[in-house]
Amino acid sequence: MTDVWQLWTYLSEGPLVWLTATLIAYLIADQISHATGRSALANPVLIAVALLAVVLSVTATPYETYFEGAQFVHFLLGPATVALAAPLHANLGRVRESILPMAAALLAGSVTAILVAVGVGVALGLDHAVLMSLAPKSATAPVAMGVSEQLGAAPALTAIMVLMTGVSGAILATPLLGLMRIRSDRARGFALGVTAHGIGTARAFQLNETAGVFSGIGMGLNAILTAILAPLILVLF
Amino acid sequence: MLFHITILLVFQLIGEVASRTVLPVLPGPVIGMVLLLLALTVMPKFAENFRATANGLLSHLSLLFVPAGVGVVSHMELLTQSGPAILIAVLSSTIAAIAVGALAFVGVAKALGQNHD
Repeated sequence: MTDVWQLWTYLSEGPLVWLTATLIAYLIADQISHATGRSALANPVLIAVALLAVVLSVTATPYETYFEGAQFVHFLLGPATVALAAPLHANLGRVRESILPMAAALLAGSVTAILVAVGVGVALGLDHAVLMSLAPKSATAPVAMGVSEQLGAAPALTAIMVLMTGVSGAILATPLLGLMRIRSDRARGFALGVTAHGIGTARAFQLNETAGVFSGIGMGLNAILTAILAPLILVLF
Repeated sequence: MLFHITILLVFQLIGEVASRTVLPVLPGPVIGMVLLLLALTVMPKFAENFRATANGLLSHLSLLFVPAGVGVVSHMELLTQSGPAILIAVLSSTIAAIAVGALAFVGVAKALGQNHD
């Protein structure tokens, strides 16, 4: 028994266990998502995070130890963002003719996301520090955290809100847009990317490539606009 | 494959340098994406070969958000305190922004006479 304990202590301190656990949790989550016919409710990010949270809590592993291994996956976010250039290039013609609809949706979506989040937060009596962490939550994680830091808020808290926004957007977008009878893949993808950044874009790519491409553009543009608008809108509150 | 991955990293690196020096408002990977897009436009043959690698990486985009997502475990205390209010603010804002954004897109596309998709 002590041997098993020693082996666990040795392994759990290195990156191998937690990197492997991350991939296994994702494969299980992806299988569940696949088995439900890519149902919006069976969001792979949400399922994998829940599985890993349970494992970390049962094994009393601190997040820092987990991240030592998981950082190799986390690192790929940067190259994946750069890789969005490929589907973007393949769909450049359709992107070019959508410039004006995209500009309108970007401005409307970005302002709505910040205004409603902060407005509802004020109505529910959230602290000003929490409001500042909330304002940039529709931007992609590194940008949102940077804005949060500039505002003097809590970047770690912003990271959680970014995650909540991404997962809820990915889950709610298809039923919501279905109810509104919006069938255009360009409009669906773009609105999803503006609101729910990379997690929304991952969901949009599950739907089809057009939605994925427009979502990726929406994410990129709103990263810029949120950095500009969030501090300005917060002045109102 | 290895060549394509190197290309991705090189463009990200250029993007990071640009972000730290001349364009601080844009995140490095976003600048890298724009520069790579320009490169693909002038090299259509390379763009075709490159697509398989890019799509391979993008087909598992969800996986890449898992490590940051697990970070939720280290903020459980605050989430049990103001969790419900934060959740309501996030959900209402997300629903409103998706609806308003999609309506604005469809409205302008219709006004321009673009009914196809």
